[in-house]
Amino acid sequence: MSLWEYANPKKFMALSARVLPWVTGLAATTLLVGLVWGFFFTPDDFRQGSTVKIIYVHVPSAMMAINVWVMMLVASLIWLVRRHHVSALAAKAAAPIGMVMTLIALITGAVWGQPMWGTWWAWDPRLTSFLILFLFYLGYIALWQAIEDPDTAADLTSVLCLVGSVFALLSRYAVLFWNQGLHQGASLSLDREEHVADVFAWPLWVSMAGFGLLFLALVLLRTRTEIRARRLRALEARERMQ
Amino acid sequence: MPDLGKYAFEVLSAYAVSLLLLGGLIWISLRQSARMRRRLEEQERRMNRNG
Repeated sequence: MSLWEYANPKKFMALSARVLPWVTGLAATTLLVGLVWGFFFTPDDFRQGSTVKIIYVHVPSAMMAINVWVMMLVASLIWLVRRHHVSALAAKAAAPIGMVMTLIALITGAVWGQPMWGTWWAWDPRLTSFLILFLFYLGYIALWQAIEDPDTAADLTSVLCLVGSVFALLSRYAVLFWNQGLHQGASLSLDREEHVADVFAWPLWVSMAGFGLLFLALVLLRTRTEIRARRLRALEARERMQ
Repeated sequence: MPDLGKYAFEVLSAYAVSLLLLGGLIWISLRQSARMRRRLEEQERRMNRNG
């Protein structure tokens, strides 16, 4: 059996109907455990005090902001190369989720930054590239809405997605390119000196898994909605021609 | 409730905004899904009835 079989909308609908309840249950459980563990059962940081608890929403949402765009990039490339409609619709379905994740990362970052850096915002490389990524999400969603023909919309949004990928990567690696700015390096790293202490890292891993599973559940649900909308448009067009 | 000290407002507002945005996204996704499912079912029923 080939993975490409799931590019068939009927097969995708059948598989996603079976998988969705399990992914949703797992996402809800993991997210609840991660956030409750992080908020209620972790100590304050010796320097940052209780603001360290913001890490359990800030880091997972920032991670997903970038990863959702990478998923959209892969789906867009599949559309451009193989013309599978499900991949274009999956990219379209993912964009509002990525936009919300970027917005959460920006807001929680500002709320965390104010007491720690003394400012809500700075034109720091990582913050600025995240703001640009957010604008790319808005532009991507607006482009889908603005073009009536779905195939043309899929083509143009795929090209926009390729261009925006530069900023998605920049958001991730900006702190490594430029040794300036307020934002610190990665919270979780293989380098033990950069890594946050285990007492914070474990609930953070669980929260990140929860955000990832929530994205998977939402993207499956929203792709199913997009497939239904496409079928509805086709049926309405057929009815008009009769 | 843990003692959040002088940063209680920052921590609580970060969680509140995050949960509100995630809740809104989930609610909109579920509503759109239910609405589209209903519209498609109605269309398929109507077309089956009319042959």
